[in-house]
Amino acid sequence: MEWFKKVKTGLKAQEKRPIPDGVWVKCDTCGEIIYKKELIQNLWVCAKCGFHFRIKSGDYVRILLDDGTFDELHSNITAVDSLKFRDSKKYTDRVKDAMKKTGLSEAARTGIGKVDGKSIVLGILAFDFLGGSMGSVVGEKIARATEQALRDKIPLIVVSSSGGARMQEGALSLMQMAKTSARLAQLSEASVPYISVLTHPTTGGVAASFAMLGDIIIAEPGALIGFAGPRVIEQTIGQELPEGFQRSEFLLEHGFIDVIVNRRELKPIISTLLDHLT
Amino acid sequence: MNETGHDFERKIIALRRELDDVRARSLDHDPAFKDDLKQQAQKLEKAIRDIHSKLNRWQRVLLARHPQRPYTMDYIRFMITDFVELHGDRLFADDKAIVGGLGKLAHRTVVIVGHQKGRSTKENLYRNFGMANPEGYRKALRLMRLAAKYKRPVVCLIDTPGAYPGIGAEERGQAEAIARNLFEMSRLPVPIIVVVIGEGASGGALGIGVGDRLLMMENTWYSVISPEGCASILWRSAEKKEQAAEALKLTPQDLMVQGLIDEIIPEPLGGAHFDHEEAASILKRTLERVLGELGGMPPQELLDKRIEKFSRMGLFQEPNAEKEETNVG
Repeated sequence: MEWFKKVKTGLKAQEKRPIPDGVWVKCDTCGEIIYKKELIQNLWVCAKCGFHFRIKSGDYVRILLDDGTFDELHSNITAVDSLKFRDSKKYTDRVKDAMKKTGLSEAARTGIGKVDGKSIVLGILAFDFLGGSMGSVVGEKIARATEQALRDKIPLIVVSSSGGARMQEGALSLMQMAKTSARLAQLSEASVPYISVLTHPTTGGVAASFAMLGDIIIAEPGALIGFAGPRVIEQTIGQELPEGFQRSEFLLEHGFIDVIVNRRELKPIISTLLDHLT
Repeated sequence: MNETGHDFERKIIALRRELDDVRARSLDHDPAFKDDLKQQAQKLEKAIRDIHSKLNRWQRVLLARHPQRPYTMDYIRFMITDFVELHGDRLFADDKAIVGGLGKLAHRTVVIVGHQKGRSTKENLYRNFGMANPEGYRKALRLMRLAAKYKRPVVCLIDTPGAYPGIGAEERGQAEAIARNLFEMSRLPVPIIVVVIGEGASGGALGIGVGDRLLMMENTWYSVISPEGCASILWRSAEKKEQAAEALKLTPQDLMVQGLIDEIIPEPLGGAHFDHEEAASILKRTLERVLGELGGMPPQELLDKRIEKFSRMGLFQEPNAEKEETNVG
């Protein structure tokens, strides 16, 4: 009866072959070797399995906004090492390194722009900048973006990807959760739409504040979304987590997000929603 | 009763015993001895204060976790009259890690909610070590809405090692529950006073922590993560918790410097665990005063100031083109 058994396709059995840099990319999920140009054209979504590669903040600007309409704001706000925090490395050095690596001033970028001609305020968290963690700067920029949306009565869109609140700023980071949420409550009272887009991963203090407070909450497929990280949960309960736990599809099933949208559909869906709400 | 096995704590216990002895003797001695005894009492008090002032941040964390410290229900017993506990979130369950209800603080009816830890293992299992699930935050919010409906002020007591990281908690939207509370509490049109009475760890603490006044009892801590959690992530070993506690700057004095809290509430000599009744009486007097300050404020002014308060939180640099200066917000 051997031939009745499901044959496991041996992904792991494959030998790791070095992929020439810059031309071909291997899909993290299905192992497909993809021509990079094709992948970029496909917005970094694997054509074979639909896996969404993590992309940079600038890519979301290009995907969501009309060409050349992004006017970035407050990019001169930078972090202060108010606690003189030092683990294996000084916090100030971590920030400097992140700036050098990403070319960004912080883990959040905000600005105004247009989606199919409609003005919006856009916020994007950059996971490549210290894990998209929220300290005073991220909190301030999201709060100011919300204020701007309220002042100009134009919708707010925030694309999240973050490990949570930034430990190196201690309680100051924690309070950014309250600060951003309070501003969003004002926006909500004024009936100005807020669309929250969750990408891989959105956890901790960011999930437990502005990311979960959208009038509409959209998630990219397969994104890890939750309060506690999977490792912490596993350690606490002493057992392995079920497959798909805390993924977008799991959250949809449990009623915590409105819709899962493929990256290629993100702009048209958001544009339609904006038409409905404004 | 107060043994915790920490050196500093043993010394304080011994000193407090001596102090009690001196006081007892001073009652039945003739006036000639009284001055001597008074002097000795002052010496002992100073010694206890000295030890306390020299504790490092990790030792402060240990004090905040002292198993004999008063918990929410202890404070309620000593501060609140006509208390009626109210259960459940009307959605899923009654979370035992957050308690709440209606009662009178002096002459005012208030809604009081707080994390509840247990003292014995059995109690702790029942209370889930003060780690709430989403239904705990939703119960708290339900009670706060009740407060708003009947125009009663809210008192929140924080004492948690964090929100519970479990499968069920994630399935039922722990992140959403906490976020919703931050959102709703920032617009609740009645006074909210928040007091950290023990541990204040991360979003699990902040989930009932948005208000008009943020106060911390003397021997408590409040931060973005527990020292152990921070150590295991940044130092890759929970053993580095002492270093993490230092780095996080999580004592009431630290938070005062960071501009995050309004007041530090003193505790009985040696800590609240030596005298629950006295600790509760100090807290009660403070709450009465603060409620008096907030009570006369029109709701809109209250809300405007609350938003302003949280908007000011944060330290960053913003080079100003016009004024060449660093704007520390």
